Amino acid sequence: MAMEGKKEDIYMISAIVEHKPGVLYSVSNMFRRRGFNIESISVGESEQPDLARMTITIKGDEDTVEQVVKQLKKLISVVKVSILDPKNTVSRELALIKVNTPDARIRSDVINYTEIFKGHVVDVAHESLIIEITGDTDKINAFIELMRPFGIREIARTGIAALPRGMRSTRME
Amino acid sequence: MVRMSGARALVEALKREGVEVIFGIPGGAILPVYDVLYDSDIKHILMRHEQCAAHAADGYARASGRVGVCMATSGPGATNLVTGIANAYMDSSPIIAITGQVPRAFIGKDAFQETDIIGITTPITKCNFQVRNAADIPKIVKTAFYIASTGRRGPVLIDLPRDTQLEEAEMNFDEKIELRGYKPTYDPHPLQVEKAVQLLIQAERPVIVAGGGVIASNACSELIALAETLLAPVATTLMGKGAIPEDHPLSLGMLGMHGTVAANYIVQDADVLLAVGMRFSDRSTGNIRAFCPNGKIIHVDIDSSEIGKNIKPHIPIVADAKKALQAIHSHLIEKFKRKERSTWLSRVQELKKIHEEMIKSEGDGIKPPALMAEIRRLLPNDAIVTTEVGQNQMWAALYLKTYKPRTFISSGGLGTMGFGFPAAIGAKVACPNVPVVDIAGDGSFIMTEQDLASSVAWKIPVIVVVLNNSVLGMVAQWQRLFYRRRYSAVDLKGIPDFVKLAEAYGAQGFRAQSIEEFRAAFKEALNSDVTTVIDVPISSEENVMPMVPPGNSLKDIMLS
Repeated sequence: MAMEGKKEDIYMISAIVEHKPGVLYSVSNMFRRRGFNIESISVGESEQPDLARMTITIKGDEDTVEQVVKQLKKLISVVKVSILDPKNTVSRELALIKVNTPDARIRSDVINYTEIFKGHVVDVAHESLIIEITGDTDKINAFIELMRPFGIREIARTGIAALPRGMRSTRME
Repeated sequence: MVRMSGARALVEALKREGVEVIFGIPGGAILPVYDVLYDSDIKHILMRHEQCAAHAADGYARASGRVGVCMATSGPGATNLVTGIANAYMDSSPIIAITGQVPRAFIGKDAFQETDIIGITTPITKCNFQVRNAADIPKIVKTAFYIASTGRRGPVLIDLPRDTQLEEAEMNFDEKIELRGYKPTYDPHPLQVEKAVQLLIQAERPVIVAGGGVIASNACSELIALAETLLAPVATTLMGKGAIPEDHPLSLGMLGMHGTVAANYIVQDADVLLAVGMRFSDRSTGNIRAFCPNGKIIHVDIDSSEIGKNIKPHIPIVADAKKALQAIHSHLIEKFKRKERSTWLSRVQELKKIHEEMIKSEGDGIKPPALMAEIRRLLPNDAIVTTEVGQNQMWAALYLKTYKPRTFISSGGLGTMGFGFPAAIGAKVACPNVPVVDIAGDGSFIMTEQDLASSVAWKIPVIVVVLNNSVLGMVAQWQRLFYRRRYSAVDLKGIPDFVKLAEAYGAQGFRAQSIEEFRAAFKEALNSDVTTVIDVPISSEENVMPMVPPGNSLKDIMLS
């Protein structure tokens, strides 16, 4: 089975894991150990109090993703793993971006762009603004590129959170 | 609910799991547990290095099929277990490692003898637990044993901060365990079984490769039954050695880098390959792209992550080996018409003759293949053989035939020098009524020989046969073959006189310069109630053959 030369894509994986110490470590350690590259990972409480949902995006070919899913399932603290179909998935990321605004003209440009992108200004200082923006990764990347000429001081991104549309479910029943 | 200390709850929980023996070494952070063990009827065997405690628990587990238990203190005690735990993980051996830890309030403060054993062992255990409340101990122990001994078996570690051992709590030993993220698949999917049966029925040259999973799931009689129905020859991996008696007409011996000619050729020529409880390791397949080039592969494994990891099978079956073999056999019998395979089977017998020829010794001194054959003749069929790692291991795997499952115990995946001797101690504790022999090299034995002390003190008599060539033999072989005889750092100058070494520990030591001397020494060792070391000087120029050079296909096999 040749692993090289295969088409690489971005895959989104939703994992329901036990909400307890050490789980993130065992998941990230497995990725490191097996040489899988995480593009982004986000973790938070799920609809069930003792379970957390991890959304992991990775780049790889089909065989690699199949191995990732199997290796995840093998971890005792991982309860359920689903590959999300991009066509039927809502995925969102949140970014906080601190932009330089040395004068009123730039400030008003930045605010205009923010409104077009349906972002929010969440902090105002004399020479900078913090903008909160949500969307899929492409939208956030596009906004960041737009802000770059103004001078970006800091960026904090959450990584992708995702859920399948409609009745499809990643829930642990 | 009973009120007791965490330490007492641990020992009580171990007893409820049927634990009779613990291999360990005490220390500050595990003292409360040892205080309870002082008047417990669980036997504690004091080893002389924690690595040996883990290997002994591993040897005990492999010989008996039960869970082995080892114990150590925090810090260096715990880290010394690590090689043994990693070894058990690679070979799917069920052991429980119990470690002491600094008190909860000191964790993360770099306290004396603190180490992050949970962090260290996460990638080499099936699962590990750090006790946060004493009241959790009964449930954690129950869960640990359940995980270690089910599905694909493996090691589980329990880390006990010292104050949780002292803490008194209401203990509930009957609490049910629930693991939402752990539900091994035992039963094969009927559709997949049907597909496998179709392939096997049509096969002209079906071959079975049996791995350690066949032995772990006690599926050997099912394996043999299916092989005999199909008239399919059976090769084994190193871990699968013993799954079929190696004097069975359909047995090909081991395949791989040091596989037999018959196993390597017949596997490469298969048109349908049924691989059961094995993981297509590089040592078994040679160049994976050239492996079984015209064969359709049916892969049975209980660990779904093994399927497609190294090789993409035509028919994957996630299941317990025993259940899968039973299902395949019972469906196959209904439709199977025995095919004419006499030409092919006579080729199998011809290739097997090449192997028998290689045992015949020429020249002076003791030749390892002939020695292995001699040891086999001197041992009863149910005797247990362990090995160290290197040339000694491959000679034993190739030329010391195994007739029963769980009677060949070797470090397969990790390849741990120093494993065989402590594993022999563990195996002897599990099976006190059969002889246990460690096939060792001088380089390996020196790594764990200090446990001659525990084998003598605890009256656990094993036999160590040291193939003494005064070099790190397998490394020297590679340097001879692939590095133009540039022998870098393999000369074991200063290796002790093993006869005197054995005697210094109160064990028995012999030296054998000829097969006749060896026979006499070995017979004496078999009748002895003390551990015996037999030093067998051999030439440092010996190569283990056959050999497939790394990166080559299984048919590119060197015979000398």
